[in-house]
Amino acid sequence: MNACDFEFSGQRLSAFGTGALWWPDQRLLCVSDLHLGKSERIARRSGQVLPPYDSRETLTRLATDLDVSAATTVVCLGDSFDDLDASQALTPDDRMQITVLQAGRRWIWIEGNHDPGPVDLGGAHLAEWTCGPLTFRHIAQPDGCGEISGHYHPKAKVQTRGRSITRSAFLVDRKRLILPAYGTYTGGLFSSEDALATLMEPNARAILTGAQPRVLPMPR
Amino acid sequence: MTQIPDRIVDWFSTKDWSIHPHQQEMFDRAIDPATVLIAPTGGGKTMAGFLPSLAELAGGTHSGLHTIYVSPLKALAADIRRNLRIPVDEIGLPIRIEDRTGDTSATQKKRQRADPPHILLTTPESLALLTSYEDAQHMFQGVERVIVDEIHALAESKRGDQLMLALARLQSLRPTLRRVGLSATVEDPEAIARLLARHPDPCRVIQADPGPDPDIRMLETEEMPPWSGGGAAYAIPAVLEQIRRHKTTLIFHNTRAQAEIFFHNLWLANEDALPIGIHHGSLDRQQRERVEAAMVRGDLRAIVCTGSLDLGIDWGDVDLVIQIGAPKNVKRLVQRIGRANHKYNAPSKALLVPANRFEVVECVAALEAAKAHELDGDPRGPGPRDVLCQHILIAAAAGPFNADTLFAELASAGPYAGLRRSEFDACLEFCATGGYALRAYDRWQRLQKRPDGNWQLRDPRAAQRIRMNLGTIQDTDTLKVRLKRNRGGKPLGEVEEAFAASLTPGDTFLIGGQIVRYEGLREMVVEVSRRADRKPKIATFSGTKFATSTQLSDRILRMFAQPDWSQLPRHTAEWLALQRSISRLPRRDRLLVESFPSDGREHLCVYGFAGRNAQQTLGLLLTKRMEETGLAPLGFVATDYATLIWGLDAVTDPRPLFEPKALREGLETWLAGNAVMKRTFRASATIAGLIERNTGGQRKSGRQATFSSDILYDTLLKYDPDHLLMQITREEAMRGLVDFGRIEEMLARIEGRIDLLRLDRLSPLSAPLFLEVGKVPVKGAAEERLLAEESARLLQEAGLVPD
Repeated sequence: MNACDFEFSGQRLSAFGTGALWWPDQRLLCVSDLHLGKSERIARRSGQVLPPYDSRETLTRLATDLDVSAATTVVCLGDSFDDLDASQALTPDDRMQITVLQAGRRWIWIEGNHDPGPVDLGGAHLAEWTCGPLTFRHIAQPDGCGEISGHYHPKAKVQTRGRSITRSAFLVDRKRLILPAYGTYTGGLFSSEDALATLMEPNARAILTGAQPRVLPMPR
Repeated sequence: MTQIPDRIVDWFSTKDWSIHPHQQEMFDRAIDPATVLIAPTGGGKTMAGFLPSLAELAGGTHSGLHTIYVSPLKALAADIRRNLRIPVDEIGLPIRIEDRTGDTSATQKKRQRADPPHILLTTPESLALLTSYEDAQHMFQGVERVIVDEIHALAESKRGDQLMLALARLQSLRPTLRRVGLSATVEDPEAIARLLARHPDPCRVIQADPGPDPDIRMLETEEMPPWSGGGAAYAIPAVLEQIRRHKTTLIFHNTRAQAEIFFHNLWLANEDALPIGIHHGSLDRQQRERVEAAMVRGDLRAIVCTGSLDLGIDWGDVDLVIQIGAPKNVKRLVQRIGRANHKYNAPSKALLVPANRFEVVECVAALEAAKAHELDGDPRGPGPRDVLCQHILIAAAAGPFNADTLFAELASAGPYAGLRRSEFDACLEFCATGGYALRAYDRWQRLQKRPDGNWQLRDPRAAQRIRMNLGTIQDTDTLKVRLKRNRGGKPLGEVEEAFAASLTPGDTFLIGGQIVRYEGLREMVVEVSRRADRKPKIATFSGTKFATSTQLSDRILRMFAQPDWSQLPRHTAEWLALQRSISRLPRRDRLLVESFPSDGREHLCVYGFAGRNAQQTLGLLLTKRMEETGLAPLGFVATDYATLIWGLDAVTDPRPLFEPKALREGLETWLAGNAVMKRTFRASATIAGLIERNTGGQRKSGRQATFSSDILYDTLLKYDPDHLLMQITREEAMRGLVDFGRIEEMLARIEGRIDLLRLDRLSPLSAPLFLEVGKVPVKGAAEERLLAEESARLLQEAGLVPD
């Protein structure tokens, strides 16, 4: 399996190379920052017409991960939509795809700063959600504990013998786990940037996504 | 036929000048719709261009704009303004002359649109910008002539295509507009004429007397050139001696990094403290202007420079041109040499300084070609469609347009004379809706068709964004470099973003001749401190690279076939002999491939002599095949004569790698995912207006909100592979960075004759490749292996056990 297993708050978790998080005991798959509808929002706001295939690509990858994992619960960790209007403007095909993915599964939309209200798609809409020792919310809180969040789109750069390699990454320490962005049209914030370097504990690790996810001490 | 007004003739006489025959001929043909003048530097080219304008404006009856002068360089426009003022003032002509470039103040620009001067000196981009305003008609009414200076330089890039589209626009506003092109010596003057003239107008080519042959030699030094490297540090004492012996010396380099290193070394050795300056495109503007001013005053004995000083600026009394590094292209060499001895009929004096032993061979070949008057060059294909897309957006910014009218106008521009209506329609569709197979933007399309059938911007505010992103010059993203202070220190210049990303605090590098220490990145500014005490570890920016022409490569291979090399310095001849004894010398009819271990990695060196771009493509194709066959390539680097590939495993049988049919068939799919295509896509997508460089003050900050253009490329490749921009990217790559044509040429001449030599270490000829910049990483199995290694190592070091 193209994944990297690790322990967090007493739970066995698994980081997929795609950037999704798998919690086998709950049969739960968590993805963050899908930013569905981003190309539409950019066109609406600036007139720039980027290739309108980002939502389709994001959902196709999600479908594969759900297939592989056979998850029964899905948590979308906020900023699932680039804004609330973007959720309205999804193509019928994309909406259908979401409906198909939701069939037979518990589906939880956590609200993010881009999508702070409910959308007219199936699933529960929550500000945050706690399941056993783990709390799922969009933005990490200073006093968070057992907290799983997204928002920052973390990426990490590592200098190897051959070259320096940059990948989007999970960041994890004793208290919190930050997921990389799953959406197609998303950039990243280096783990060495202040916002992340000060948030994470000194012994934090980074799990780089890719063909085979790899764990490293978090680059600072 | 009118005569040159007496006042002007008299002025020439008082200067003891006579009107050159080509100046007279240009004057006599002033009523022609288009004329091209080919003349060497110093041949009174500019005066030949302006003479008819001065004569027509001498009466003082013309109101408004009369002549637009376009030059590739801002500095050239300012320079011409100064030089033109002298005769105009001395003769007492009632002519207003102003320049308008990116450096002109906003107030001045606004005034110029309301009340234009008689003669406006500008650049292709500023002219295109002028045509994008709603009031363009007002500004251009009355314009009679346009003079395109250094048109040979513009003809080599998309800036020329954009300019010709802007001229087509001008010609629609002003059908009687006459065009003049001024060019340096080129191999195909008729091609320049076809570029300039309104299609299908005739265009006369006037050839000035080319003057005497230049006095051009290779610099003889006591020191031998090194085995490899591009710095030419060995030649510093000899170059200093030449500077002492001449009044003003221009020292040309092929890349900015080389110029910086050479300048640094020159200063270290400059015991007499001769005034020497540096000038290149990455330096801060103020710094560049200071050097230019000092040069005009004659305060400098030498200027270390790059192509930014290539063009016809009158820099005072330059009496020697030194070219450091092989010239790559005979035509450019001849044009550069024209910078010395700005006196007509006096031979220009130039010295070539090869940076390493391979370049000795190249320099000798170039000298032989220059003596034989063999200029090189490749014909340009039809005008690229990304520039066309930008032009359609510019037209939309100026106001609603009719598609039929716009098509007719575009097709009158030389580079687009063969444009098919269907191609135009696809570009228009792209500008309007993005042109995607999935129609997603019906509500938000950029251009809308009005009920009257004309097209207009959906949101008029978009005009401002179009203007901000105008232009075809593809600077790689650069970051400003400043001294670290509490409140913004002194700006020093710019470095490429990729270079900045590779720095860690404490690293030192050269910029503007100073050694600086990288302190950190703050709000997209590279902050540095001065460190005079340390040796710089890393060079700056990769700079421009040229490919050696086919003609020059052939000459070199012919030279290799000689039994010995009396025309080469002894050390170089010995080096080639050593290569011949340790390995072999590359031949025109065979492909030499060397395989050897070095520095813990396996290497494969392929001597294709196909020019840098084709060798680069070969690197991409070969590493892809090696990846598929499990040879774990890590990366490669290409020069004009060879490709060096390194990886974890050795190649034992090269034949399957070079199977021509497989190379050809696989090209399309192989290229699809590679870095060169992505770079090409990024350039074309930016020109065509899909990606915006400037979004109005908020520069892309590398924060989580922005994402790389590579993602757009990957998405289109997967969901819309035939999209217009993908077509353009393929076309551009095939004729530009990919240059598959020269790989085909190479395969044809070797006809499957491949010699693989296994050596126990690197060969004399492969040594220079190890120091080449521009290494291309291969992201495959080798990367996963390295990442696994490093992950295990770091975890162990940190005392952590892998999960």
